[in-house]
Amino acid sequence: MNITLLSLRVSGAAVLIGAFVGIPVGTLLGLKQFKGKRTIMRFVDVMLKSVVNTFMGLPPVVVGLVVYLLLTATGPLGWLRLLYTPTAMIITQLIMVVPIIIGVTISAVGSVERSIREKALSLGATEAQAAWLVLREARMGVLTSIIAAFGAAISEVGGIMITGGNIRWWTRTLTTAIVIETELGDFAMALTLGAILLSMAFIINLALTIVQLKGARR
Amino acid sequence: MKPSKSLTATLILAVTVFSVFAYEQHIRSQKSIIVLATTTSTYDSGLLDYLTPIFQEKYEAEVHIISVGTGQAIETAKRGDADLVLVHSKPIELEFVNSTYGIHRVGVMYNDFIVVGPANVPVEKGDLTNATETFRKIAEEGAKNDAQFISRADKSGTHMLELSIWRKLGLKPSNKTQRWYIEAGAGMGTVLRMANEKKAYTLTDRATWLSFKSQLANLKVLVEGDVLLLNPYAIILVNPEKYPQRNYKGALQLAKWMISEEGQSLIANFKKDGETLFKPIARNTELTHMLGFPEQENELAWYDAQNP
Repeated sequence: MNITLLSLRVSGAAVLIGAFVGIPVGTLLGLKQFKGKRTIMRFVDVMLKSVVNTFMGLPPVVVGLVVYLLLTATGPLGWLRLLYTPTAMIITQLIMVVPIIIGVTISAVGSVERSIREKALSLGATEAQAAWLVLREARMGVLTSIIAAFGAAISEVGGIMITGGNIRWWTRTLTTAIVIETELGDFAMALTLGAILLSMAFIINLALTIVQLKGARR
Repeated sequence: MKPSKSLTATLILAVTVFSVFAYEQHIRSQKSIIVLATTTSTYDSGLLDYLTPIFQEKYEAEVHIISVGTGQAIETAKRGDADLVLVHSKPIELEFVNSTYGIHRVGVMYNDFIVVGPANVPVEKGDLTNATETFRKIAEEGAKNDAQFISRADKSGTHMLELSIWRKLGLKPSNKTQRWYIEAGAGMGTVLRMANEKKAYTLTDRATWLSFKSQLANLKVLVEGDVLLLNPYAIILVNPEKYPQRNYKGALQLAKWMISEEGQSLIANFKKDGETLFKPIARNTELTHMLGFPEQENELAWYDAQNP
């Protein structure tokens, strides 16, 4: 029970913080497409988006390793004393999910018809109001980014294993518990935890999908 | 999304993040947290899950166990990410102490290593008492594709001992072309299960073997009782002068308790299927001297004199 809650808390916090960073950045980058007329701008645009797309597939263990090296007592952020804590795991997953949210938001915003923004601007809306309008139109896609990010975070194991240390009652999540139970040969327990993980992911996705469908009908 | 909704979302975010931090702070402030970096064998065998609750109850502390190979455990401590280590590989332990990162190395307990292999090998348990000779035979048969050896390959104490045996034979099995030598890079439990699947040989500590034996129908004990295979565990504290921010007091409490009469008798009473997994040695001077702790009585006196 403890570990299920921790899984939810860590991945939930990572995705929530990630959404607050990723959605504005993704919107900004998505809107950039409209402007990219000059070759140099287009080049920057392409480079930026390629980087985001690459980072969408960041291997969690690499993220874990880098966060570990940052947070270790002798590392640059060692004074924070965050290694082997749930916060360290949130940071790890945050780095993983932000590119996913940015990437999917870019394509969601990009797929909104440009005429909407242009109309809004011609009717006297400010840039920010127009951006908000586009984001509203793209909300289903943005929600997809959240679902994808949560799915990646909750099932992640390599990164949080390194930065959380898989400490019982403290930083052991569903996924890392599955690893240790498999190592200990308690396959029944490992499978049970897997089932909990799966059903939890299902319930959350169900809720998000219902929201998504409702939104689509509007 | 309307502004009111994003406000709600912000609130949820704030509450979630805050609750995580608050929870962490709460735990940190309420109890002394001791980070013990240790080997997979002490954890996988269940010893630490049996010992730590008793200690935690008594000292109102919380022991956070990082269970990795001995090499990684010491590396973790060297970086200042742990308060003490419980490990088993003399060469790297001494290096840890000589580098002045580790202090007051003291013998705690021992178990022994055994060589296990396919159950259909025509050798009766106890026939072989020479690990080195057995390794040589495995390598010979391996070259003919008649045998496989699975190595931990994770710089654990077990792996270190295995390497020292190969070195003694002048063999270097870690090689792309030697297909019989499988480098798993995994904990003892995983390696034992791999050996069971592949009907291969491996070197294991007895504690993990006993814990897993019921799941390992394809394996049996081939070599035991070789002096080379005795496996002593040491506790080493992280030098508080190197890392003053670490919980030295807690580490000292835990170490002192492990080598106290109480800790030692608890270790002796830890059994699996009626068999003792670890034999306490802290208060047996003669035995500790034999197992590579020449300073045992001095260190013991030092610990006994401390009052954390």
